[in-house]
Amino acid sequence: MTVVASKQASTRQVAPGQALLSVQNLRVAFGETEVVKGISFTARPGSCLAIVGESGSGKSVTARTLVGLTGGDARVAADRLDLDGTDLLALGERAWRRTRGKEIGFVLQDALVSLDQLRRVGAEVGEPLELHDWGDRRSRPERVVELLTSVGVPEPEMRARQRPYELSGGLRQRALIASAIALDPRLVIADEPTTALDVTVQAQVLDLLAASKERGTSIILISHDLSVVARLADEVAVMRDGEIVEHGVSRQVLCDPQHEYTRALLDAVPSEHTRGVRLVRGTSPSTPRERRPIDRGRPLLEGRHLTKVYRGPDGVDRTVVDDVSFELYAGETLGIVGESGSGKTTTARIALAMLEAEGGEVLLRGEPWSTLTQRERRPLRNRVGVVYQDPLSSFDPRWSVGRIVADALSRGPNPPSSAEERRTRVLGLLQKVGLGEHQVDVGPLRLSGGQRQRVAIARALAPEPELIVCDEPVSALDVSVQAQVLDLLTDLQDDLGVSYLFISHDLGVIHHMSDRVLVMKDGKVVERGTADDIFTRPQDPYTQRLLTALPRLEQAS
Amino acid sequence: MTTLAPDVLAPVTPTALPARRSVRAARRAALKAASAVAVLIAAASVTFFAQLAIPGDRATIILNLQNGREQKWSSSELSPVNEKFGFDHPLLTQYLHYVGGFFKGDLGTSYTQYRPVTSVIGAQILPTLVLTVGALVVAWIFALVVTVLTVRRGRAVTGIGSSFEAFTASLPHYWVGVILLVVFAVKIPIFPVIGGDGLWGTVLPVLTLAIPLSGFLGQVTRDEFDKVLDQPFITTARARGMGDTAIRLRHALRHAVLPAITLSGWALGALISGAVIAENIYGRPGIGQVLVTAVNTRDVPTVAGIVLVVAAVYIVANLLVDLAYAAVDPRLRAS
Repeated sequence: MTVVASKQASTRQVAPGQALLSVQNLRVAFGETEVVKGISFTARPGSCLAIVGESGSGKSVTARTLVGLTGGDARVAADRLDLDGTDLLALGERAWRRTRGKEIGFVLQDALVSLDQLRRVGAEVGEPLELHDWGDRRSRPERVVELLTSVGVPEPEMRARQRPYELSGGLRQRALIASAIALDPRLVIADEPTTALDVTVQAQVLDLLAASKERGTSIILISHDLSVVARLADEVAVMRDGEIVEHGVSRQVLCDPQHEYTRALLDAVPSEHTRGVRLVRGTSPSTPRERRPIDRGRPLLEGRHLTKVYRGPDGVDRTVVDDVSFELYAGETLGIVGESGSGKTTTARIALAMLEAEGGEVLLRGEPWSTLTQRERRPLRNRVGVVYQDPLSSFDPRWSVGRIVADALSRGPNPPSSAEERRTRVLGLLQKVGLGEHQVDVGPLRLSGGQRQRVAIARALAPEPELIVCDEPVSALDVSVQAQVLDLLTDLQDDLGVSYLFISHDLGVIHHMSDRVLVMKDGKVVERGTADDIFTRPQDPYTQRLLTALPRLEQAS
Repeated sequence: MTTLAPDVLAPVTPTALPARRSVRAARRAALKAASAVAVLIAAASVTFFAQLAIPGDRATIILNLQNGREQKWSSSELSPVNEKFGFDHPLLTQYLHYVGGFFKGDLGTSYTQYRPVTSVIGAQILPTLVLTVGALVVAWIFALVVTVLTVRRGRAVTGIGSSFEAFTASLPHYWVGVILLVVFAVKIPIFPVIGGDGLWGTVLPVLTLAIPLSGFLGQVTRDEFDKVLDQPFITTARARGMGDTAIRLRHALRHAVLPAITLSGWALGALISGAVIAENIYGRPGIGQVLVTAVNTRDVPTVAGIVLVVAAVYIVANLLVDLAYAAVDPRLRAS
């Protein structure tokens, strides 16, 4: 495989160990609000610095400031901001343009929106070459093919002629990286480069950045995901509210954190070690915990040989759910894990009887469920609740929280008979999910993501269901908020004995939550078993591959 | 360095199925053409029955028009007219003849000029098309120049740009036409007062139609441009070292014109009704003049013929819009 030729960089090599980028007391403010409050760090050649934090921590603003793209109305100040002797603060727009792309490469998350969809992949990858007068019209396309090859894109000539939406997520992200390293910049800043990717693809992209690091590139990795960071970073800086609260060698920060916030963040990451343990430190459940009983008699929900076929735009039938069977017992959590396109959400929709299957049927307490008519099913609807990934789009934005929950109550088996009773019961439900009286009259738009998900859970609980289908319920949340919501779901199960059909792409979350697990790939169940069996003794090669690709904190070097 | 595994999750490449692709494209094109024909037949049917719905016997109307007075005519006076215009055939025959004739380029006979409607309209169509297509092109140029130059250029410049668009979009054609005529033909005689269909005489009528439309297209484009400039791929382009102007022209513009392209099909149709006003103000030959005369003289077949021609222009314009859209946004071709 061709190593990307370092035509420019070789002459101005910084000695190993010496700082390529030095940042001292960097401050960024938008109007009156300071979002980065005096942070300092250095980036060294052949080394990776990870900046980790939750949303609003200022990590992305920091990344943009390093390429001079903070935004028009931002005020940037620093005691020192210098790239190999060049004071970046003093650069004018013209000098910045010469620096960006050539000295500093920048990779954003989700190449579907970070590459221009209307232009060919080749034009996008080759754009930095053109902008910085690399080669000529003839040599640039050759270089683009070389670059695509170097990031592991198969059939690079053809891919260069395609447009980004015609490529899979992994290939797109590689093309984006190829464009960022086209001129072999000495510093690459990657802002959440793997966030939208499946775990196996994520592993490939991280390997690619690691390869670039091996060749001497300095990498600054911005991420919310501590496990991703563990795989690549040499140094980790943890940001919160615009400040770096802890900074050190990655093994030390991730395995022996000193700061309380880092510890809380690490505890909040669900994994095989956190089963039966609370993710939010120092909290305890409302009632003394007992291992909930699982009734292994007749299944509460049973799917038999479910099959769903969609006709694609090309007129070809695709079997998205292929002979899937499952049983879910009362009080149990059944996890369905798989990558995008595995059919897990379609299975959930069939289980909810919101989607008709071409083959097979779903039984609820041994009685027909999926084969009922809408009218027959309606009185039974309250027995199955649902929580989605994005609660906001499942709320009427003009309804108050109280009205959302009250509406769900009135659909239950015993709707409130008076206004007072309704209010008391709404308040009771909100309390159960950790919300207070002051949120009753608030609209969902004014709540945070975690609070919205709590409202969604309260709504799902209102009609006293026996089962809640949770479709990626925590995927859009920060890790600490995710921890709170997962703890809440666990408490509710212990208190109420409700069962969960829990869909997630996140292996850690699935392991943390599930009693039994189905692993899905291309519409088929490739493996099933208890959570511990699946995660410690996987039999199927695909499950094994998933687990190998899964980034873990212990990988910190 | 380790070789990375080829991406197994890559979708089937489009080039792998060239045959099926072209079949699908052909089917889509055939469907489009068929629906265009269906719309034309519907339009022809509506205009045919609209002619019947006008109160009074058609032969009587024609004789009244001819003689310039309202009276009853004897059947011996009416029958040659009935025979000449085919009113003596059963209704279904007349209908099939009309719809069939439409596709053969026969739109019936004018009540006032005793000539085929096609020859009445025919000579007038070209000046109107020149006027409307010219106005559309000029409106696009104005709209693009104003948006590219003023969107996100600081509060003052952006304000000027969007106020200009709001102002021009709200101007009625007759007002613009009269003002341009007074200023650039009467006060400062650069252009002729009576235009004719020469190039020089076409300038003011084209501007009359183009200025309000440019404001409208500009507003739509500006909104989209503003949104596109916030997209992550714009940040990516900046991070490669691209300058602001290049970003606008090479990345943002192509995305920003899409909604305005969609509206252009509608705009071209609307311009034809605007053309009536411009042609009247500047005494310019065109379909608009013919339409006004035909309406005033109750020459129903001519009016119906013009309605059909406008419908056909609409349909062709929308087909062109579909093609243009697909050319700018290849995603449409893929799906």
